[in-house]
Amino acid sequence: MENIRLVEIKEEILSDNRNLAREIRENLRVNRVFMLNLMSSPGAGKTSLILHTIRALKKECRIGVIEGDIDSMVDSEKVANEGVPAVQIRTGGACHLDAPMIDKALQKTDLKNLDFLIIENVGNLVCPAEFDTGATKRAMILSVPEGDDKPLKYPLMFTICDALVVNKIDYLNLSDFDMEALKARVLKLNPNIRIFEVSCRTGDGIPAWTQWLRAEIEASKK
Amino acid sequence: MHELPVTESILRIVLRHAEEARAVKVIRVSLRIGELSDVVDEWVQRYFDYLSRNTIAEGAVLRIERSPVVFRCPACAKDFPFDVKRIEDVTCPDCGGNSVEFVSGREFYVKNIEVL
Repeated sequence: MENIRLVEIKEEILSDNRNLAREIRENLRVNRVFMLNLMSSPGAGKTSLILHTIRALKKECRIGVIEGDIDSMVDSEKVANEGVPAVQIRTGGACHLDAPMIDKALQKTDLKNLDFLIIENVGNLVCPAEFDTGATKRAMILSVPEGDDKPLKYPLMFTICDALVVNKIDYLNLSDFDMEALKARVLKLNPNIRIFEVSCRTGDGIPAWTQWLRAEIEASKK
Repeated sequence: MHELPVTESILRIVLRHAEEARAVKVIRVSLRIGELSDVVDEWVQRYFDYLSRNTIAEGAVLRIERSPVVFRCPACAKDFPFDVKRIEDVTCPDCGGNSVEFVSGREFYVKNIEVL
């Protein structure tokens, strides 16, 4: 066919989301709020870790939670029972939270009265990795029963996170999960990631995790 | 699983550039997507076919180029592609060093369009 023209574009597919995420991050910085995007598979322990984190830090800083859930209020009720404000986003089937959803949730949030905001993303190791929410830092949980091979299957998630929490270490004796192999795989993809081994059931390892958060919250105050 | 919002973004970008180029029809769309992205090509095309109905991009064919995951050897500054599934065995093909750095594999952009 004649007259076919090639138009060079080279534009990021998710640039709209990324630009809004940058605005959100800037707004958080101005308000000196540390926002953490917490991601994992369903059942890895996001809500349990959030509850531990709230109990450890609620006396020293003002915490809020944004809950992403496909279609229930179960998690936000648990958080509200701890006495911290929770905003529920029902994604209605969407598999991840994106910057526009967080932007809407933040409009219902009083940033001036918060130091630390936790996003509980939708349980999924694939899609949330692709969408910047505007969070200051990103963390993921991998639980021992899921297996030490997950960095090979979901490499993007391990690449984009600042911290990895390995939960359910109380199951280590019952499985052939190889912690050293996991760490070697993760560090190849992301040499700067911080790794915390915890059990939300026994409370083991939680202080190291909350200490990391404390330092990040402090850093956001400066 | 997130092909629908991704495809909406692709169509928005394509239509904006096609209009700026005063095109009457979009024939082909080339995308560059890194191996680390879990996007299923077939679904992107299906959603694109659905979303682009009654636009000048209706019927356009998507061509998805995959870019490999690339690592760098800090010892000799060599960049090399590697299958992420065998990441434990990753070593520099030149010097054999095994302390490598992740360089790329997350590309996610609309490269160009062919229009009438």
